[in-house]
Amino acid sequence: MKHPADWMIGKNAKNEVVITSRIRLARNLHNVSFPGWAKKAERIESMQLMREKAEALKAMKNGFSHELSDLEPLQKQVLVERHLISREQAARGQGSAAVVNRGQRLSLMINEEDHLRMQSIRAGLHLRDAHKLLSKVDGELEKELQFAYDDELGYLTACPTNLGTGMRASAMLHLPALVLTEQIGQVLQAVNKIGLAVRGLFGEGTESLGHLFQISNQATLGESEDVIISRLERVIAQIETHETNARLKMLEDEPNQLSNKIGRAYGTLGYATMFESKEAFAHISLLRMGAAMGYFPKGTMQICDSMMMDIQPAHLQLHAGSKLVPEERDLIRAEILRSRLQFLDAPAINILTNDIDGDHDSIGNLNFENE
Amino acid sequence: MKCELCENKATVFYMQAMQGGQKKIVLCDRCAEERGLLDPDAFSMVSILMDETPEQAQPIQPVSLADVAQSCEHCGFTIEDYRKVGRLGCSQCYDAFRGEILPALTKMHHGVMHAGKVPSGMADFIALRKKLEKMQADLAKAIETENFEEAVSLRDEIKELEAELS
Repeated sequence: MKHPADWMIGKNAKNEVVITSRIRLARNLHNVSFPGWAKKAERIESMQLMREKAEALKAMKNGFSHELSDLEPLQKQVLVERHLISREQAARGQGSAAVVNRGQRLSLMINEEDHLRMQSIRAGLHLRDAHKLLSKVDGELEKELQFAYDDELGYLTACPTNLGTGMRASAMLHLPALVLTEQIGQVLQAVNKIGLAVRGLFGEGTESLGHLFQISNQATLGESEDVIISRLERVIAQIETHETNARLKMLEDEPNQLSNKIGRAYGTLGYATMFESKEAFAHISLLRMGAAMGYFPKGTMQICDSMMMDIQPAHLQLHAGSKLVPEERDLIRAEILRSRLQFLDAPAINILTNDIDGDHDSIGNLNFENE
Repeated sequence: MKCELCENKATVFYMQAMQGGQKKIVLCDRCAEERGLLDPDAFSMVSILMDETPEQAQPIQPVSLADVAQSCEHCGFTIEDYRKVGRLGCSQCYDAFRGEILPALTKMHHGVMHAGKVPSGMADFIALRKKLEKMQADLAKAIETENFEEAVSLRDEIKELEAELS
């Protein structure tokens, strides 16, 4: 778990705005009590059965497989921060297990709310690829396990909100320009109106940190996987365009303010000695946007993604090798950020003044080759 | 659940708040369409429909479109548990509490009929089970009409099919 996940490296992916795409499928065993209602012995028995089949999957070769009761609270928290298990599952112990593949692209939660929750994660907007991999895994498992299924209601799940396809497709979006230009409210309202859900970084009930938003389908029954994914992809692509346009407009209308924001974020991250995560996220977010807009050398966006991951509480404690009180965390968080920033050149900024007669080429390295 | 106007499967659940309670009607796709229930501009049709068929539009107790069991025979989970936590105990709970669950689904989903992936192998299994259900209905009819010759042959076929399905 000390290695970055595949999606954090963002290999060959266009992920300036859509950081990751995720698909989750819920499945349950036919005629076996759901984990929330099953007795402990039943849970352990069903977990053993599913875990054996999960570990035998080709995709899980050299993977990571642990019963939740074997993990330290800190390890569980790291898995949550990596989005590999849910907070709900982290609260569980015996009779619940997590099986994760080597690249952290595929993870299986055994005996969370449902018997099986399978998840595939990808950098950029690639819901369809993520679904393809997961569907294959689902197909292999269904040869070994009899899943609960009903002609009318589809895959049966512990909560009726997941019936049918059992599929939740979601994308993590980075929308700083829409937030800064105060357009985000409208966009999110529109998304809600068409029946999609918007959440913060860690799902239900979490606030948005670092201008990050998760958008996902709510309805799972009555439409095919393909229809759900197509709609979501369309909406996300539109939001991506809005965000990109908002960034361009800021650059055109107020280039000095934009440079100022990015420069200040760089300065603060490089020199502050204490950071709460909220503030740190806000600055990294601006740095990330600057990187996408060409203020920083290539590869800076990936550095930002790693920083966002590494400054979360459990990752910090893993880094420090001990449990930390909040003040110690803030110190170490700032220390990590300062050391990362040392290797990052200052943003390429030329200040535009009225004396320069509108020669926009003079704003230096603002290239959009990434866009 | 069957359509109140014909024998087809009911897929449209309509509820209307009125003085002194609610009225409900359950219909199949076709009947609903024929009577304009699926056209959002034609709600007036609904009241006409309901008034003309008062026997189908009785005031109802809090949601009960089909019989709802008190508890699931398979796992012991009760309807009260479901009302409290909004989760089910096992896959068979969906059969026990279907009448309670179905009406709520229209609010959270885009339909009440699964349109996605079917587990491989399940398609054949479902076809066989449907065939079995039909044969069981035929058998009941044959017995009722005292067509014993047909009943005997049906009984044997059903036994074979049941063995195959288990």
